[in-house]
Amino acid sequence: MLAYILKRVGMVIPTLLGITLLAFSLIHMIPGNAAEALSGERGMSPERYRELAHQLGLDRPLHVQYFDYLVRLLHGDFGRSINTHEAVLKEFLTLFPATAELALCAILLALMLGLPAGILAAVKRNSFLDYSVMGVSLTGYSMPIFWWALLLIELFSVKLGWTPVSGRIAIVYDFPTSTGFMLIDAWRSGQAGAFRSAVTHLILPAIALGTIPLAVIARMTRSAMLEVLREDYVRTARAKGLSWFSVVCVHALRNALIPVITVIGLQIGTLLTGAILTETIFSWPGIGKWLVEAIHRRDYPVVQGGILISATIVISVNLLVDLLYGVVNPRIRHGR
Amino acid sequence: MSSTPPSLLAELWRHFSRNRGAVAGLAVVLLLVLLALFPGWFAPHSPIEQFRSAALSPPAWLGGGSRHFPLGTDAVGRDILSRLIYGARLSLTIGLVAVSLSLSMGIVLGLISGFMRGWVETAIMRLMDVLLALPSLLLAIAVVAILGPGLLNAMVAIAVVMVPHYVRLMRASVIGELGKDYVAASRIAGAGTLRLMFDTVLPNCTAPLIVQATLGFSSAILDAAALGFLGLGAQPPTPEWGSMLASALEFIASAWWVVSFPGLAILVAVLAFNLMGDGLRDALDPKLKS
Repeated sequence: MLAYILKRVGMVIPTLLGITLLAFSLIHMIPGNAAEALSGERGMSPERYRELAHQLGLDRPLHVQYFDYLVRLLHGDFGRSINTHEAVLKEFLTLFPATAELALCAILLALMLGLPAGILAAVKRNSFLDYSVMGVSLTGYSMPIFWWALLLIELFSVKLGWTPVSGRIAIVYDFPTSTGFMLIDAWRSGQAGAFRSAVTHLILPAIALGTIPLAVIARMTRSAMLEVLREDYVRTARAKGLSWFSVVCVHALRNALIPVITVIGLQIGTLLTGAILTETIFSWPGIGKWLVEAIHRRDYPVVQGGILISATIVISVNLLVDLLYGVVNPRIRHGR
Repeated sequence: MSSTPPSLLAELWRHFSRNRGAVAGLAVVLLLVLLALFPGWFAPHSPIEQFRSAALSPPAWLGGGSRHFPLGTDAVGRDILSRLIYGARLSLTIGLVAVSLSLSMGIVLGLISGFMRGWVETAIMRLMDVLLALPSLLLAIAVVAILGPGLLNAMVAIAVVMVPHYVRLMRASVIGELGKDYVAASRIAGAGTLRLMFDTVLPNCTAPLIVQATLGFSSAILDAAALGFLGLGAQPPTPEWGSMLASALEFIASAWWVVSFPGLAILVAVLAFNLMGDGLRDALDPKLKS
């Protein structure tokens, strides 16, 4: 098992280095010069440029600069935002809980609806129910989620007036944010209506963000279930006289879940992509909105650091899923 | 007397046409192609002409609507139907350019890594791993950050995002094909590496590439629309479906048609390509059929 873990972790290191190289090159590939990109100063004189380039270490050979960059990253120095002059890592950590809360709720929603839908579709194969589930999930999979979010706002916020349009909580509530997760903080604050307000703010963005994972999970669960239901042990269990329900939910589901878990792990990338759009629409103060604003403001240190940290998170989650998969399934651990 | 076997295309069509969803997808795609080729025949107005006096007029079937503007007009009085029709041309162009770019890069890199193996393969595949590790829109945003916002740059960004999929697919099929006898025979007959690559092996790897390319159209259209929506893709007044939604949030309460139709166009186009891609996969590769 240890050998398997070490091998997997070892395989990730080149990818991580590649990402740092990509983030490093980003600053040097931007039109204009790196000193401008890093400082945000425009139209600087040649003297000022030389001074700044020296200060930023840009006058040294590229490989030295890259090595320095790596050393700084290892010390947790991801640069400073041109706009706020805050450390990029600190900004990221402040905003990350908002994105994490949204993404977690979205994936929970996707699981709660997607798993049963996929199971039902597989059990009632070729029925009207099966076709509906598959049709809806293909539509969800093809949905431009920024438009879907707009439709949700139009119906639930504008027409019905059930939910607010933007933000994480109504402005009247004020309490310390100890965890950064608004639902938990609002609950613990004990203020009347705070939790309710947090929930109503969260629900639409979570639906918008959860739609694509929901569609993917429903499709994947259905095909994994169909595969498993054909197996001999399912027939044996039925022949022993076990009820259809317990065969499906106990025997078949456990084995069908393995590929589904992998797919959930792979959805982390989809969630981050979706968060960029969802957060922009709902003014959700998370990583996605922060990155888009940074691009518009040409705040390149934030773009560079944000992309690097996000990619690292995606890689780490995928690594974790790989490792879990090895724990669950010994064939993978001992295979190639 | 022997009956001639059905041609490859006829065989393909026989499988494909059994799938009603796929045929519907194909029909929509053909319609989009028609609109994209001859937008002037169908669009009642120019996509950028502003009828200021008729700004935000509702669709024709609603009170206050005019039959001059079947789907209504936007905030500066441009005809939404015309913009959608010209938008089809843009979206298909984006799909075509992005898919062609990434497909050709993917084929070449995949062939090279499949044929060369060793450190060349390792280098290419590690680079692809790096690109795959980045969420698609994030990578596209990074590319746009370097190149600057704009339609052309968005196409390049989307192409970069899709390259790793083709490289992996190509490499896997190449390695599978290289072990087969016909390749060995061709090699012994004296075919050079380039001939082996493009003339002998490539034609036998096309099925998965065609499927992936069809599905690539749908993700290209979606990603381009997302970039346009974020203001990082096509710039105004270009009638791109995604950028038509960029300022739509303001009109959500007052003019639903400004919000609804462009998104519907994106959804229908993406759905059509996905249905067609699924149908093609089943028709081209019966093994994958569940």
